[in-house]
Amino acid sequence: MTNLTDLTIGEATQKLANKEISSVELTKVHLVEMENARVLNAFITETPERALADAEKSDARRAKGETLGALDGIPIANKDLYCTKGIRTTAASKILSKFIPPYESTVSQKLIDAGTVMLGKVNTDQFAMGGSTMTSYFGTTKNPWNLDLVPGGSSGGSAAAVAAGLCMAATGSDTGGSIRQPASFCGITGIKPTYGRCSRYGIVAFASSLDQAGPMARSVADCALMLGVMAGYDEKDSTVANVPVPDFTKVLTGDIRGKKIGIPKEYRLDGLNQDVQATWDKGIQLLKDAGAEIVEVSLPHTKYALPVYYIVACAEASSNLSRYDGVRYTTRVEGKNLDELYENSRTDGFGDEVVRRILLGTFVLSAGFYDAYYTRAQRVRRLIYNDFMEVFKVVDALLVPAAPTPALSEAEMKTMKPIDIYAGDVFTTPASLAGVPSLSLPVGLSQNGLPIGLQVIGKHFDENTVFQVADVLEKAANFNQKPHHVKG
Amino acid sequence: MALDQRTIQNLSWLARLKLPVEREGKILNDLQSILDWVEQLKEVNIEGVEPLISVTEGIAPMREDKVTEGDQQADLMANAPESVQGFYVVPKVVE
Amino acid sequence: MYTIKGKTTDWELVIGLEVHCEILSNAKVFSGASAVFGGEQNTHVSFIDAGFPGMLPKVNEKCIEQCVKTGLGLNARINKYSRFDRKNYFYADLPQGYQISQLYHPIVGEGFIEVTTSEGTRKIGVERLHLEQDAGKSIHDMSPTKTFIDLNRAGVGLMEIVSKPDMHSPEEAGEYLRQLRAIVRALGTCDGNMDEGSMRCDVNVSVRPVGETGFRTRTETKNVNSVRFVMHAIEVEANRQVEIYENGGTIKQETRLYDSDNGETRPMRGKENANDYRYFPDPDLLPVVLTDEYIENIRKNLPELPEAKKARYISELGLTPYDASVLTADREIAAYFETAAKGQDAKKVANWVMGDLFAYLNKECLPIAKSPVSAENLGALVGLIGNNTISGKIAKDVFQFMIETGKDPATIVEEKGLKQNTDTGAIEKIVDEVMAANPEQVAEIKAGKDKLKGWLVGQIMKASHGKANPALANQILNKKLGG
Repeated sequence: MTNLTDLTIGEATQKLANKEISSVELTKVHLVEMENARVLNAFITETPERALADAEKSDARRAKGETLGALDGIPIANKDLYCTKGIRTTAASKILSKFIPPYESTVSQKLIDAGTVMLGKVNTDQFAMGGSTMTSYFGTTKNPWNLDLVPGGSSGGSAAAVAAGLCMAATGSDTGGSIRQPASFCGITGIKPTYGRCSRYGIVAFASSLDQAGPMARSVADCALMLGVMAGYDEKDSTVANVPVPDFTKVLTGDIRGKKIGIPKEYRLDGLNQDVQATWDKGIQLLKDAGAEIVEVSLPHTKYALPVYYIVACAEASSNLSRYDGVRYTTRVEGKNLDELYENSRTDGFGDEVVRRILLGTFVLSAGFYDAYYTRAQRVRRLIYNDFMEVFKVVDALLVPAAPTPALSEAEMKTMKPIDIYAGDVFTTPASLAGVPSLSLPVGLSQNGLPIGLQVIGKHFDENTVFQVADVLEKAANFNQKPHHVKG
Repeated sequence: MALDQRTIQNLSWLARLKLPVEREGKILNDLQSILDWVEQLKEVNIEGVEPLISVTEGIAPMREDKVTEGDQQADLMANAPESVQGFYVVPKVVE
Repeated sequence: MYTIKGKTTDWELVIGLEVHCEILSNAKVFSGASAVFGGEQNTHVSFIDAGFPGMLPKVNEKCIEQCVKTGLGLNARINKYSRFDRKNYFYADLPQGYQISQLYHPIVGEGFIEVTTSEGTRKIGVERLHLEQDAGKSIHDMSPTKTFIDLNRAGVGLMEIVSKPDMHSPEEAGEYLRQLRAIVRALGTCDGNMDEGSMRCDVNVSVRPVGETGFRTRTETKNVNSVRFVMHAIEVEANRQVEIYENGGTIKQETRLYDSDNGETRPMRGKENANDYRYFPDPDLLPVVLTDEYIENIRKNLPELPEAKKARYISELGLTPYDASVLTADREIAAYFETAAKGQDAKKVANWVMGDLFAYLNKECLPIAKSPVSAENLGALVGLIGNNTISGKIAKDVFQFMIETGKDPATIVEEKGLKQNTDTGAIEKIVDEVMAANPEQVAEIKAGKDKLKGWLVGQIMKASHGKANPALANQILNKKLGG
């Protein structure tokens, strides 16, 4: 019998429907796997009792012939940025390490309503600030392909758990690449949908104008299934779009003949990692072979995306994180007066990277620097946005690398300067700033046997084309390698 | 823009963070290198370009003027580090 | 012109007011929690108001409507495009660590309020009106070492109405504030209760020698919570500044607190002044965009404002400007007056309202809503005088009975037999009797001492126990004296 932890959601749903397996069985094998893989440090909080209770309910529904859809009984994990009612939600920080939300985020609620089984809360960079999970208060998650390597981030716990078969899918969130880069590092698939596609209600905010929820799974089809449930209008979020959510699985026809795929020349960086370049070339060839038309395009302001991103994201973060003040639900370190209590609680509760970003954000908004930094960044953001609008008049989607390198080692990253680490977001931040959907899927391996992902970027609210192209690329690339940790 | 220790201290105060002196130097260097790096934005011609605040087009959706929530003192206090009789409690604030 | 006489020169005042009005609405401006005043601590608080992780604001449509209404009432430009900014600072009763406000694109632009003082009527400019959130309440007196925080008011909609630095005397500032309060009350957008804090005022004051044109450094005095205190705070702050200038000093731009107990202003803590609010557009909220149709619809349904009401009282009802101002300053007084004046002589009704009724209400410290004399009954009383059923003098007695019993005047007149005598024959008889009893006075009148005629009429009224129609008595007396 196939290993149950290797199944895609599609395969598992088939077996559940055929009564070959029960949700409880499926859940139990994942719980065992979670225990066996504790070395990965993928989970911050495991919720086995909740998971089994969810699974039993699912089986009871199925016995009565009342399933809640394609995700009913499927074990998943939530990034620990999603507030989960009654279950600790930490944002991988010390300051929220004791916070038990009295409410459920809209997206995780939708997944509950679809009958999924919640295995627990997975690790992330602290407040989603980082690309490695190294900023987590709960320690770094290991990359299942090589335990010396980071899984990427911030949704590194989600990526590692999905790659290692600890859950069938996980929620992630993406502000500047936090779904796509770890998906690439761990050899799985993840999509950052269009900004406004999913509600942000109940997800701990990092940068409000950029944060988007999205799924991470082991196939394009699974991501399409997950996003179909996670997306949609929410009256509690003013920025979520009131547009219909299509059945994203319907477009996975395998036929992309005549589609125009743009290759932006500005992404061809000098000295780009050869494995990444080779994988990108391979992806381009595979799409060409599938009948797509490859078009060289230009996104002239690409190189400014990184600094714009760090200014905008840190400015918003500096304000969003002011609420963690030691008064209502965070950890508290007492002080002689209220200001000292604030300072002590926040200094103790936030890690170095969070402090760095709060201070940077405070600086760019401060009197005398606001126009020179913040307003300027927003104006350049408009130019980056316009670049995408222009190319999408010509092409249906873009194909670019997800990250400039395969997964890095924790040891190496410890020696890197912040701006060198930030440079890892070079391929993901432009789509974030423009708000367009982008999916990362594994297309090849490096010479060292590490997965390398490519991004398919589409027009606003055209996830359909993104899924369609990515599905074709996935099948053509036939990426079926598994991480060593799982093989072992 | 060259940062100095005083600027870092002022930013820390605004953000209610109190860095130990030994960390101030490192933070200063980190922020300085980030600021030097973002200087490249000065190359871009932004004349006549409107700032992009949100990629969401459209106008604010509104809620009806109805009371739908709010009577939940116990839920509010459940996570509080200090509370008395349904009040949050902090050290005495002097105006 | 109001000036402060210094040793070296005369000084004039430059005053601007920032008035915060809590919006009347059922729910808060960005959450579904109750905005109603009161309630046990932290029971009108959503997780949005308490700044919990992942919570998002959503605009209450009523608060937008109330701002537009108020803007129209201030003769102001309504901005069809407005949006929200965050004002970042840490404070015990500010749970998010920022206040959602409107710095860059307020919902209402320039307007004005017409203000009448002893120096005449002037238009005082309104700079802007913007929508923001109120803060919670810090309670300092429940423990010697702790502050207790109640967030019931956190997130209630607030209109901040900023005047231009157009006012030049405490009186003018006081009248501006009264007029503003009358407007928001008439519109039903704020209850205007300064003692409960639903309307609060920050006062910007600077002084300059008479004749100087530019502005000198101003100070901001916070949270002055009555019209009287505002006027007093301006006076003491202006005098403080004059004294400093006269002694060769300079004024520091700072925030001060008004201490009503000691009748002085004093600076707030230093750190408060060092704040940098780092305003930026709130990425959680989209712009508010209003259509002409929406604005016109509100305009069409605006209730009559004090200024228009006053003009109507003068032109249509023939009241003096003074009486019209008094009667329109308060919505309930105006409503009472209009009910009472229905079908009656409005000027006489105004006299009764502002005379006997106000005298009684003031003495008993009653609001007009609690008046034992209903508006209908007061109108009826004026009617009884008008149709000669009773005399003005008897009416005073009837009014007293009305206060005591709450009964309508006709019943009282009936029960007490106070109906006026209009029987010419009967009055003639009394006139004859009085004339016969006072021959000397009659002779003096006939000799030209007209003054005594009033006395003689008084005697006639007395003899009739006040029931003789005074006009008729006069007429008969004149005839007899002349004959």
